[in-house]
Amino acid sequence: MSKHTLSVMVENEPGVLSRVAGLFSGRGFNIYSLNVAPTLEKGVSLMTIVAEGDDGIVEQIVKQLRKLVPTIKVKDLTELQSVEREMVLLKVNAEDSKRAEILRIVDIFRCKVVDVSVDELTIEVTGDQGKIGAIINLLNRFGIKEIARTGNVAMRRSMQIEL
Amino acid sequence: MKLTGAQILLKCLEEEGVDVMFGFPGGAVIDIYDEIPNSSVEHILVRHEQGAIHAADGYARATGRVGVCLVTSGPGATNTVTGIATAYADSIPVVIFTGQVPRALIGNDAFQEVDIVGITRPCTKHNYLVQDIKDLARTVKQAFYLARSGRPGPVLVDLPKDIQQQVTEFEYPDSVSMRSYKPTRKPHIGQIRKVVKLLKKAKRPLIYSGGGVITSGSHEDLTWLGQTLRIPVTSTLMGLGAFPGDDELFLGMLGMHGTYAANMAVNNCDLLLAVGARFDDRVTGKVDTFAPNATIVHIDVDPTSIQKNVSVHVPLVADCKPALASLKAETEGTLDEFDWAADHKPWVEMVQGWAKEHPLTYKDDSENIKPQFVVEKIYEITKGDAIIATEVGQNQMWAAQFYKYARPNTLLTSGGLGTMGYGFPAALGAQRAFPDKLVLDIAGDGSIQMCIQEMMTAVCNKLPVKIIILNNGYLGMVRQWQELFYDKNYCATCMDAQPDFVKLAEAYGAAGYRVTEKKDVEKTLREAFAVDKPVIVDIRVEKEENVYPMVPAGASLTEMLLV
Ligand SMILES: Cc1ncc(C[n+]2csc(CCOP(=O)(O)OP(=O)(O)O)c2C)c(N)n1
Repeated sequence: MSKHTLSVMVENEPGVLSRVAGLFSGRGFNIYSLNVAPTLEKGVSLMTIVAEGDDGIVEQIVKQLRKLVPTIKVKDLTELQSVEREMVLLKVNAEDSKRAEILRIVDIFRCKVVDVSVDELTIEVTGDQGKIGAIINLLNRFGIKEIARTGNVAMRRSMQIEL
Repeated sequence: MKLTGAQILLKCLEEEGVDVMFGFPGGAVIDIYDEIPNSSVEHILVRHEQGAIHAADGYARATGRVGVCLVTSGPGATNTVTGIATAYADSIPVVIFTGQVPRALIGNDAFQEVDIVGITRPCTKHNYLVQDIKDLARTVKQAFYLARSGRPGPVLVDLPKDIQQQVTEFEYPDSVSMRSYKPTRKPHIGQIRKVVKLLKKAKRPLIYSGGGVITSGSHEDLTWLGQTLRIPVTSTLMGLGAFPGDDELFLGMLGMHGTYAANMAVNNCDLLLAVGARFDDRVTGKVDTFAPNATIVHIDVDPTSIQKNVSVHVPLVADCKPALASLKAETEGTLDEFDWAADHKPWVEMVQGWAKEHPLTYKDDSENIKPQFVVEKIYEITKGDAIIATEVGQNQMWAAQFYKYARPNTLLTSGGLGTMGYGFPAALGAQRAFPDKLVLDIAGDGSIQMCIQEMMTAVCNKLPVKIIILNNGYLGMVRQWQELFYDKNYCATCMDAQPDFVKLAEAYGAAGYRVTEKKDVEKTLREAFAVDKPVIVDIRVEKEENVYPMVPAGASLTEMLLV
């Protein structure tokens, strides 16, 4: 079992999201995160789907996705070098005594404070899964009160470099 | 020309060359029904919407054209779901039109509203809710194109009532362009040459042919390949008829109820050429031991079918028709320098030896009528020149084993979904397409009761389908499993409380016969086939007869229970 990031370009027509999602649920295959938004091209949306499964299942899913009538293109980014980002909003407990330390973490991680109150800070984090995981870990001990995540968006790197 | 949505729909159907549709009216399609008398499209009124979709499917299977069905919203639409899933499982081109409540009411739990597009999403190739009358003609055009192209399948178009009533300029597009849908058709010539090389090298090649050969209309090239290169042929249930059933190279079906020769051939072949077949679990048995000695080539138009259940050495994504044509072209040139017949002779003899050792047979050891005997008689009388629909269960397997299908599109059976109740309405669809042909439904006493109401459709529309009930008083196939694997616990499979099928036929205005003695089988069948109206022949057969050979679920193909 491993995580696969699939980039799926689809015709932006009614029901397309549930067609795609239905392919996963119909096979008992779990979606970890799903992000959909329009692209530059009119009528075309890009979905970034992170899903877990062994390679055989993922290959089937990719083929089934390609078979859907509104699907234009499917890429499994896992095999390619790609840029991945997620945006997360975190509302953290921040009494006076803790505030300086939280702000220091925010600074180190190059995050942004987007809302402040007497005892809470809301922080915007953007980054790959490693960075997001790390900051959530660090802030957990102050008490995260609320979290909202966009799910991954991803893009293949222009240059695929052999290492 | 300004037309209403209802008029546009019918014009589109005329443009598509649709001559008949099967349907059942209701409030949400009354506008369409209002226009039917002004159209050249004939409407056949069924008695249950499941009958409409199966009839459209049977019409499609028998003709190779797109079948059409029209039903109302809500319960009308949901009654078609079993039939849609049936067509989907067997890749049959049908277009289903469902009425929908007016757009303003959609999502409000209006009277007779269901989200049929949502309900049928996983069992249609694609489906549409028409939201704008300007999209109507293009949507219908696309629906037909999608249904028949690539891997064929059912396409549903949901039509809100207000769209049917709105008026717009009618213009039927003459082509379809969808940037996202480009079915692969042509084979890769490099791959084809690779296959030819493998064929030349193989000492024990076997063709495994499926329904894709029939849907793509490539049976002639398949037959040429088998006969000219002297390669034995086995088939899925769906593929029966693609290769002449009486040819000495034909081994019959493989798999759970396949022949000894076919299953042994799969086990021993060194090259398996799978064409338009999808390695269903009823065919492969235990996957790990399937074709253990073979290089597997898989030709299929649907990439998802390849590498799904069985790992394949040479995948070839292409429509069977150009693929087989290309294989033929590439091997035709070898006939002078390469002696295929001599090369394959020892293998063909080995395979035929298996067929002699364990032919398809049954013990004719009692006074009772054996169901296999009935199917043999049907074959004898019709000389193979009939369209046979089947229900599901033992009747279906016997119809597949003991009738030799000589031509494609002559066996109509629910292979992928195994839908009891399919056969009779499907037979009606086929009979409508071929009024002069003998069309039979080989049935079980259980299955026939699932869509028997269509007898009224048969009688009204003068569709003289003959139903042959192999009446064993059981849900026989399930009883067989109970006998073999559940210690004879015949729970809920005894069906000896039955209607009087003869009177039932007569009640509908059809003819009914009952046969209880072996000596009367042939005479009665002949008489029934000669009657110019729908007929039920209720044949009381041996009650606990089993279908053999049988590979128990999950076992290897060589672990067959024989007669
Ligand atoms: C709609 C539906 N319900 C249940 C089944 C499960 N099933 C498969 S075969 C069978 C028995 C069929 O009995 P009958 O029609 O009498 O035929 P026989 O096997 O006796 O020839 C049943 C119940 C099915 N295939 N389809």
